[in-house]
Amino acid sequence: MSSTEGTVGAVVRPPDAAAGEPAAPSPRTILRRRALAHRGITIGGGILAFVFFLALAAPLLAPHDPYAQDLGRRMLKPIWEATGTWAHPLGTDSFGRDYLSRIIYGARVSLLIGFAAMILSGLVGTALGVAAGYFGGRVDMVVTTLVTTRLAMPAILIALAVVSLVGSSLEIIILVLGLLLWDRFAVVMRAATQQVRNLDYVAAAQAIGCSTSRIILTETLPNVANPLIVIATLEIAHAILLEAALSFLGLGVQPPTPSWGLMISEGKSFMFFEPWLICIPGFALFALVMSVNLLGDGIRDVTAPENRT
Amino acid sequence: MLPFVLRRLGLAVVVALLVSTTTFLLLRLAADPAQALAGEGATVADIENIRRMYGFDQPLPAQYWAWATRAMTGDFGDSIYLKSPVLELIGDRAPVTITLALCSIILAMAVSIPLGVVAALRPNTFLDRFALGTAVVGQAMPSFFFALLLILVFGVHLEWLPISGSDSWLHFVMPSIVLGYYAMPALMRLTRGGMLEVLGSDYIRTARAKGLRPPVVLFKHALRNAVVSVVAVAAVQLGFMLGGSVVVESIFSLNGLGRLAYQSIQRADFDTIQAIILMIAGVYVLLTFLADVLNAWLDPRIRVS
Repeated sequence: MSSTEGTVGAVVRPPDAAAGEPAAPSPRTILRRRALAHRGITIGGGILAFVFFLALAAPLLAPHDPYAQDLGRRMLKPIWEATGTWAHPLGTDSFGRDYLSRIIYGARVSLLIGFAAMILSGLVGTALGVAAGYFGGRVDMVVTTLVTTRLAMPAILIALAVVSLVGSSLEIIILVLGLLLWDRFAVVMRAATQQVRNLDYVAAAQAIGCSTSRIILTETLPNVANPLIVIATLEIAHAILLEAALSFLGLGVQPPTPSWGLMISEGKSFMFFEPWLICIPGFALFALVMSVNLLGDGIRDVTAPENRT
Repeated sequence: MLPFVLRRLGLAVVVALLVSTTTFLLLRLAADPAQALAGEGATVADIENIRRMYGFDQPLPAQYWAWATRAMTGDFGDSIYLKSPVLELIGDRAPVTITLALCSIILAMAVSIPLGVVAALRPNTFLDRFALGTAVVGQAMPSFFFALLLILVFGVHLEWLPISGSDSWLHFVMPSIVLGYYAMPALMRLTRGGMLEVLGSDYIRTARAKGLRPPVVLFKHALRNAVVSVVAVAAVQLGFMLGGSVVVESIFSLNGLGRLAYQSIQRADFDTIQAIILMIAGVYVLLTFLADVLNAWLDPRIRVS
């Protein structure tokens, strides 16, 4: 696996249980861990909420029209440089467009693509994973083969090729990313369903004659919701990074739409003299992805502390 | 052991077949190759000519069959743009990408395994926090932004390293860092988790109780067991790197497979894209197969399930 999920199942034990201390972590350790986890959740959640706020209130917050070019005011410096002015706190780009406004509107693109691609891939991956975990046998074999096939195909090359051939639009990018990023959902949901499937309450539901779809929907799914949420956050981050990379390579969001990846790409030619042109959108991207990851890690810590790595 | 290996081999063949059909269909359905080749301003007659010349007028299964039977014999067609056999092009570019991927994975392991071990030895201390913090930062950093930052600092500001090309080993330093750091968080967490698990196990307690010196316990007994899964995952990551090198190669102008793929995509050079994707998938399948066999060989429990 490409990320943190490879370590699921590694049980955290105190390595040296000192004399007299029980092997299980002391309540204080648990409390400390929970507190730490909550810090991840509060910081990550805080940043994410802030970006959400920026995206939703973009028309109210942006000081200028993000598309309005003013060739007389090209590449004005941001406020922390000597020549910066409050009229353009983050300066302007090579077309004289206000950088702050473009950053604020860019949050919309990143969040939209991140969430939409996650929902699409989550639907595909969860359906496959739960089916494989619940039914096992042939179904499991088919799903496992599909997952391996998907993993063998280089995601970014496939996305680049399809977007380049079909033509780029927000819908196409969401569709392509959504159909490429379901693998981890399938893997984790399969394992989680396998665990739940053999528990007594599923057997009880079968014994009283519940239909298979009812067992899956009301007995199985609610009990695999926690890992599902964790993977969902990870895949949001994944999709945001992929969109940025596609846009950076010129095959994602098309100009003049403000996307952070595209802004880095546009600022690249001037970065030797105006490094802030790439640093501002780069930092925005970094902060957003980190906040989503922190939130995901935090949720995992709180819901399943034994899986913390 | 043999049934396990055969089963995995069968899976590998099926996956290779599926990748080739999926890629073929995706590329053919995404655009009309004749139109893409003819370019803008071509007449309908031109497009028709091209369509007949390259056999694009045949039904899709027939086209796939023709392509697959040729591919079986090692003929992946010619690059329409560069006018030379695709296999030759790949052979020219592959060494750069393979060097890059190997350097990256070695670098990633050299950093993440010691860091993971240290973090596991002192859980919840400053060192552990530092390691986890590095992982969190690493996972959130867009690779292309990281690459540009490195270029700014080490290429332009300090003038220590060349910023584009693939002439000397110095040219590979920054690309390897960028490609390698992406694998680091996962490997670090895996090492840490594996070490924590092993260090808490009975046989380590026995080894300690026997009075073995801590370094012997750590390296000979614990690390050897913890590192197996890390190496297996690293092998898989190596496969991902071959596919993920497209961004890094275009930024640092490395003339490898990723850049060839990117250029071929822009030129609508179907046969070349198809062959590169198939090759990357093939390497991935091979590496996961080897990792599975390695794991099964070291851990007999896997073989039976």
